[in-house]
Amino acid sequence: MGSAFKKGLRDGIPIALGYLSVSFAFGIQAVACGLTPLQALLISMTNLTSAGQLAGITLISQMRPLMEMALTQLTINLRYALMSLALGQKFDDSMTTLHRAGVAFGNTDEIFAVAASQTGKIGHSYMYGLMVMPYIGWSGGTILGAVAGTLLPVFIRTALGIAIYGMFLAIIIPPMREKKAERTVIFAAAALSIAFRVLPGIRNLSSGYVIILCAVASAALGAWLFPVKEEEEES
Amino acid sequence: MTWNIFLPYLLVMAGVTYLVRMLPMTLFRKPIRSRFVKSFLHYVPFAVLTAMTIPDILFSTGYTPGGDVKSLVCAVVGLLFAIFMAWRKKGLLTVAVTACLAVLAAQGVCLLF
Repeated sequence: MGSAFKKGLRDGIPIALGYLSVSFAFGIQAVACGLTPLQALLISMTNLTSAGQLAGITLISQMRPLMEMALTQLTINLRYALMSLALGQKFDDSMTTLHRAGVAFGNTDEIFAVAASQTGKIGHSYMYGLMVMPYIGWSGGTILGAVAGTLLPVFIRTALGIAIYGMFLAIIIPPMREKKAERTVIFAAAALSIAFRVLPGIRNLSSGYVIILCAVASAALGAWLFPVKEEEEES
Repeated sequence: MTWNIFLPYLLVMAGVTYLVRMLPMTLFRKPIRSRFVKSFLHYVPFAVLTAMTIPDILFSTGYTPGGDVKSLVCAVVGLLFAIFMAWRKKGLLTVAVTACLAVLAAQGVCLLF
């Protein structure tokens, strides 16, 4: 085992701990949506993404069309395209096309954040090492939540329901403090999202399309009002 | 959920998610030029996560419109604590656990009324 791989393993531990609690909540929610524990586990093992999976199980429980599922996943996970582009610039020569296709699977928000913050170029050994613990945490938490979640008292399950949203807030709130652009985008998305819940006429639109419309509209607004400067690209 | 209904959903979810991650990393090795596209992609994560969190977090503790208002109160307490911790730039795990504990505590207080 190379030292780069070991360093990756170690760097992945905090991410794995965070994933464990959030995926535990996901497992509970998946079962509540009518999925079996094995199905919940398969989703986590093949998707490895919180927001997309959460929207996905909602759409599955409502038996929405597959095209809506595809569009929803595309929009929610579009951010990974940017992260993959950015991370692709940091890879050294050991990163063949096959390795790129391999490490792309594990390009989550948190793994990207850790990998992108490394100094200098990074190779495939480090990336594979970095993916291991979060993958175990995400899959393990899911099956635990799906199987043991129903054994927990109702008040505990109720409290865990908010975990995944807490994680989302931890990502979106800090940039709101300093950056007017992010603040504007976030307020626009929140206002639109609420409007889609309360306004007559558009109130019954399915959650998948609401996320797509809110995200595209408010991100476009942000890009139009506050084009990012070159040095902000990596952030 | 029967497997013949579930499997197509699983394939679509996993397939789209993987392609979105894999194609840009393998095909595009040159930087994007369009400033608008770059900016748009930069803001997408914040927009998506906001649209998923607001107002859904209010219903995350079991509240349904017209239902027990105590559930809504618990969710609001959790939301406020999460915002407070996130504002202080605490990590993902800390913010998520704090929100859960706040909901737990709020449920306890609600039992008194």
